Amino acid sequence: MSMKSWQNQRGFLFLKEERCKGCGFCIDLCPKKVLRQSEVMNAKGYHPPELYDVEGCIMCDICTEICPDFAIYRYRSKERGKNA
Amino acid sequence: MLEFINGDVACAEGAIAAGCRFFGGYPITPSTEIAERMALRLPQVGGAFMQMEDELASIMCVLGASWAGKKAMTATSGPGFSLMQESIGLAAMTETPCVIVDVQRAGPSTGLPTLVAQGDVMQSRFGSHGDYRTIVLAPANAQEMYDLTIRAFNLSERFRTPVIVLSDEVCGHITSGVDLREKVDIENRKKPGSSECLPFKADEDLIPPMAVAGEGYRFHVTGLTHNEKGYPVTSAEVQQALVTRLVDKVEKRKGEIVDAEFFMLDDADMCVIAYGSEAGSAKKAVKMAREKGIKAGLLRPKVLWPLGNFEDYVKDMKKVLVVELNSGQFYSDAKCWNRNTKLLGGYGGELHRPDDILKVMEVF
Amino acid sequence: MVPQEHPLEQLLRSDRMPHIWCPGCGLGTDLGCYLRALSGMDLDKVAFVSGIGCSGRAAGYVAVDSFHVTHGRGIPFAIGLKVANPELTVTVWGGDGDIFAIGGNHFIHAARRNIELNVICINNAIYGMTGGQVAPSTPLRAKTTTTPYGNYEHPFNFSYMAAASGATYVARWTTAHTKELTKSMREALEWKGFSFIEVISMCPTTFGRRNGFADGLEMLKDMKARSEVKNFPDLEDTDIGEKIVVGKFVEKEKRSYLEEVKQWR
Ligand SMILES: Cc1ncc(C[n+]2csc(CCOP(=O)(O)OP(=O)(O)O)c2C)c(N)n1
Ligand code: SF4
Ligand code: SF4
Ligand code: SF4
Repeated sequence: MSMKSWQNQRGFLFLKEERCKGCGFCIDLCPKKVLRQSEVMNAKGYHPPELYDVEGCIMCDICTEICPDFAIYRYRSKERGKNA
Repeated sequence: MLEFINGDVACAEGAIAAGCRFFGGYPITPSTEIAERMALRLPQVGGAFMQMEDELASIMCVLGASWAGKKAMTATSGPGFSLMQESIGLAAMTETPCVIVDVQRAGPSTGLPTLVAQGDVMQSRFGSHGDYRTIVLAPANAQEMYDLTIRAFNLSERFRTPVIVLSDEVCGHITSGVDLREKVDIENRKKPGSSECLPFKADEDLIPPMAVAGEGYRFHVTGLTHNEKGYPVTSAEVQQALVTRLVDKVEKRKGEIVDAEFFMLDDADMCVIAYGSEAGSAKKAVKMAREKGIKAGLLRPKVLWPLGNFEDYVKDMKKVLVVELNSGQFYSDAKCWNRNTKLLGGYGGELHRPDDILKVMEVF
Repeated sequence: MVPQEHPLEQLLRSDRMPHIWCPGCGLGTDLGCYLRALSGMDLDKVAFVSGIGCSGRAAGYVAVDSFHVTHGRGIPFAIGLKVANPELTVTVWGGDGDIFAIGGNHFIHAARRNIELNVICINNAIYGMTGGQVAPSTPLRAKTTTTPYGNYEHPFNFSYMAAASGATYVARWTTAHTKELTKSMREALEWKGFSFIEVISMCPTTFGRRNGFADGLEMLKDMKARSEVKNFPDLEDTDIGEKIVVGKFVEKEKRSYLEEVKQWR
């Protein structure tokens, strides 16, 4: 399954593109508005989101929680908080 | 230990002896004494009794208890048995061991709540939708209410299928001496070995071992057509394989299940077929017929379904008479064994009298 | 090493993903909240039961002992599991039709007994699985395939009914309230007695589209906007109308079924 990921110093954002059904919840609810619909079309015919402003993502978990398809999710860097 | 109890109480005692530790039910004449006895007895042996809000719930909590690893039973009569049918199909599909006692009364509908009939014979066989096989036992007296209830548990554990004890009002209510046996044989369901097992993959005996909830298997159970993993699959092939096995595990192994009493059949040329409490009258009629020089005998199936291969006993008889308290629900199969088969049917309310059976035998 | 799997992957039957639910359906999000609530519990001792419906399919996706039974009968099945093995934590998950139409009688009696079950009803105001027929929670005047002229039946207030029937823990949230819903679900899972959570959710496919919503997102935003958080409100004021009152509605002490059983034996 095709997996996309983006990284900034706060952590990683992952996307299992094939699970996405293009509902747009993550794009709309992202507090930083750093997601948008991509041009990619997955096997089911949906356009998954993409993180177009990687640095702008605050790894906040809102997209992870609202995604009905367990497609998009973030992991925070472990170091953060300890070193800062 | 001989006790004077009625058939319903004997049934409850049989259940306890067989290891039943959960009962869910809803009161209905003439089965209520079973629930009452279970309410009294289960707490004494560490079991649980629940009076549910209806029979839909009764059968379902029984299935739930079975998946939690307990031997479980419910008891009812026609109207409640009708309500249970959808979930009896679920039990067959999910291969859930459970025992359902139907103490028959006259129907249709509310009918004659306090009087005997045998109108649920076909419903006990094919009452739920779709194709499946159940095992149906027909006790004829209080002693058999005890013995066959024990057997029902053993068969349901061995075959992972619902087993129905198809009793009737007379059998449930007549009090007699019942031997509450000191030693009874008890069977338990097969357990799976490793947690990697496929929960619905059958062994050679056509039965999958059964995991129960809380043991870490994390299995899935569904009434949808499912594969060996237990996952739903929408395909004709999987349906074919699954239902074939559900039917075969009972039909191909019916030699282990079928049981009957053969009375004076060796030299007989007339065979009377009767079961349940009707068999008492029929046996008496056979004896009376013998006194009059009619060479009659009795075939009494103790297991109605799966249908036994009784053809060998019956095919060379000159005459076969099926006596039952319905319009021919067993007769419709029995008549295939011998061309000269007649029915003495009825709609219930009272048993056939031996005299009346004899009259029919005389003019046959 | 950076983990590649979804944080809930271990709780899902991954080999069954993607699930069958439509784009924009609330069920996946609701289930995600439940799985998050489960995290850290002894999963070998959790049993998940559902009846039939789109909601009912959840049983097939949760990686604990799971049972997908007959329509409306999840509760009595779960009662059998729980009473036969009190060690189990048992959740019943179902649609509004499943739990309150065909299974309504089981619900009120289970609540009356204060039996140790955790019942979660996904209230999407419609019969989703069968294509959009009127449900006991469909708002007055809404269009469904069996109310082509608009619904003329008054809907139930499930949370009020749960409380009136004897449930000792009741909460209502919408799919938009993921954090609050997760927290309530955890409380409900750990509750000693009958707990009930009503999740106001969206079915864009069979309800939304006939009632003026473009998609699931629009419905999600609409329910969020209409929500008003009120803890322990007067339950008479919680009928779903223009406003959707959400929050923790009931949390009260009362001996549970199994405690009563012990008491009397
Ligand atoms: C006894 C029975 N009657 C009818 C049905 C058909 N049926 C399947 S799901 C359903 C209703 C589903 O609605 P709901 O419970 O609200 O769940 P949803 O699909 O909206 O999640 C019905 C009527 C059935 N499966 N069994
Ligand atoms: S983690 Fe937060 S900020 Fe980043 S994309 Fe998701 S919702 Fe937006
Ligand atoms: S919320 Fe999930 S399914 Fe919906 S668009 Fe985003 S990634 Fe895709
Ligand atoms: S029909 Fe409705 S409830 Fe069912 S999966 Fe689709 S959106 Fe969800």
